[in-house]
Amino acid sequence: MGIIKAAKLTFDYLRYDEDGNVEDTQRAVDSVDLDIQPGEFVAVLGHNGSGKSTFAKHINALLLPTEGTIWIDGIDTSKEPELWKVRQKAGMVFQNPDNQIIGTVVEEDVGFGPENMGISTGDIWKRVDESLAKTGMTAYRHHSPNKLSGGQKQRVAIAGVMAMRPQCIVLDEPTAMLDPNGRKEVLEAVHQLNRQENVTVVLITHYMEEVIDADRVVVMDDGHVVMEGTPKEIFSQVETLKKYRLDVPQVTLLAHELKQSGVDIPDGILTTEELVNALCQ
Amino acid sequence: MIRDITIGQYYPAKSPIHKLDPRTKLAGTLIFIISVFLFHTVVGYAVATVFLAGMILISTVPVKFIFKGLKAIFMILLITMVFNIFLTPGEAIVTFGIFKITKEGVSMAVRMAIRLIYLVIGSSLMTLTTTPNQLTDGLEKSLRPLNKIHVPVHEIAMMMSIALRFIPILLEETDKIMKAQIARGADFENGNLIQKVKNMVPLLVPLFISAFRRANDLAMAMEARCYHGGDDRTQMKPLKYKKRDHIAYLILFAYLAVAIGFRMAGL
Repeated sequence: MGIIKAAKLTFDYLRYDEDGNVEDTQRAVDSVDLDIQPGEFVAVLGHNGSGKSTFAKHINALLLPTEGTIWIDGIDTSKEPELWKVRQKAGMVFQNPDNQIIGTVVEEDVGFGPENMGISTGDIWKRVDESLAKTGMTAYRHHSPNKLSGGQKQRVAIAGVMAMRPQCIVLDEPTAMLDPNGRKEVLEAVHQLNRQENVTVVLITHYMEEVIDADRVVVMDDGHVVMEGTPKEIFSQVETLKKYRLDVPQVTLLAHELKQSGVDIPDGILTTEELVNALCQ
Repeated sequence: MIRDITIGQYYPAKSPIHKLDPRTKLAGTLIFIISVFLFHTVVGYAVATVFLAGMILISTVPVKFIFKGLKAIFMILLITMVFNIFLTPGEAIVTFGIFKITKEGVSMAVRMAIRLIYLVIGSSLMTLTTTPNQLTDGLEKSLRPLNKIHVPVHEIAMMMSIALRFIPILLEETDKIMKAQIARGADFENGNLIQKVKNMVPLLVPLFISAFRRANDLAMAMEARCYHGGDDRTQMKPLKYKKRDHIAYLILFAYLAVAIGFRMAGL
């Protein structure tokens, strides 16, 4: 069993009327089976309302499954006493950088998680120093988060999660509110953590460019997992992706169009270099 | 820039007073306030003045910052003095019709003025030398015994520090919404007071909605990072009394003893 394992995971959002009776149910995640191995970099793709964020919140036990089960490192998230253990093992970074930073100084915010876990003061400092170094934010440790750029704020948020020494980080559209530079900065930090610290990463996104370097891509639509595979496998199916209202990266699209009109190049081209190489052969 | 507004009136410096534990400064302010009410003679006020001037000198805060706080209470000061001068019964010095200025009135008014001024100067010296965060920490730790009578001290302190963190964010947001509404033809400048208040509605409604949304997000982010209230929580920067705090307490208690002694001796 992998570090994250979902079996027939189903979640319904309930809407209540004024008397507290269930008025309406909306199935956001529908019998998802997924097994993520330790150290893997998995990207979850899907357009708005595909259930990808709802799925992400299950990993951190912020939401509990209506049906089915999800295990984090072998712990069933629906078991109440294990809740804090699950949240320590699976850290979560959210979309809006302003709304997830609690401290008024960068280093205090990074220390917030360990403080909640009841770690001794000396160890908190050690962890804070470590996490700031890992995300390259040491130079900003005494700054106010309000004076940082969006990308820097997200890196502080990632450092805050890393200080809890999680085995896995879930990033729920961490770059949606950032400019291209900030996006690159955050992704580089995440990739580095994945490679150097061997942290499992689940990246929820709708930017195609961000998933190219992932080990595995999972495409969700209407609560179901509809496609699964390496980025190359996924992006060679341009027509299917279009059906799920996802845009393929520009280079891939160009390669696809060229192939359609008779140029002899392989499927699933992801980068400009690959395309150049394929064309120059 | 709206985001550069500093909250509170902290004056950054590296004086010994700045370095004191916030709890020491809270206790010091309290002792000073008590002393101001204990002293009631010229000699007593002289002692208080010397003490306060000494503290200001050590704190290295420029005097004009300290006197800024007095502007706010100028009207209160004036009203208190006038009432005291005219309404205290006693030996009349000057009489205008039914009003008379009494000797006791004048001395009472002067005493009240001195007390009020020293009160404000003393407490602004504390806020000038303590960051809002330290102040929150200090309050949390000093008030912890209240936990026993079910006062949620940790939660109140957490709310204060989150509020401090979000003030600049919400200010920026207000600015943004204001500009967006002006672009749609909203008018925040003209009209009488009632109209102006009415015109604030298109500003306040989106601001409130967004504040609630932020609160919701923040609560989720805090839970995701294992926040579960003040129980079993450790601190990254626990407050610890150092040598300078012990010295400060010695000075403070000596000062308090002098104040009590003066009162007993009738000085």
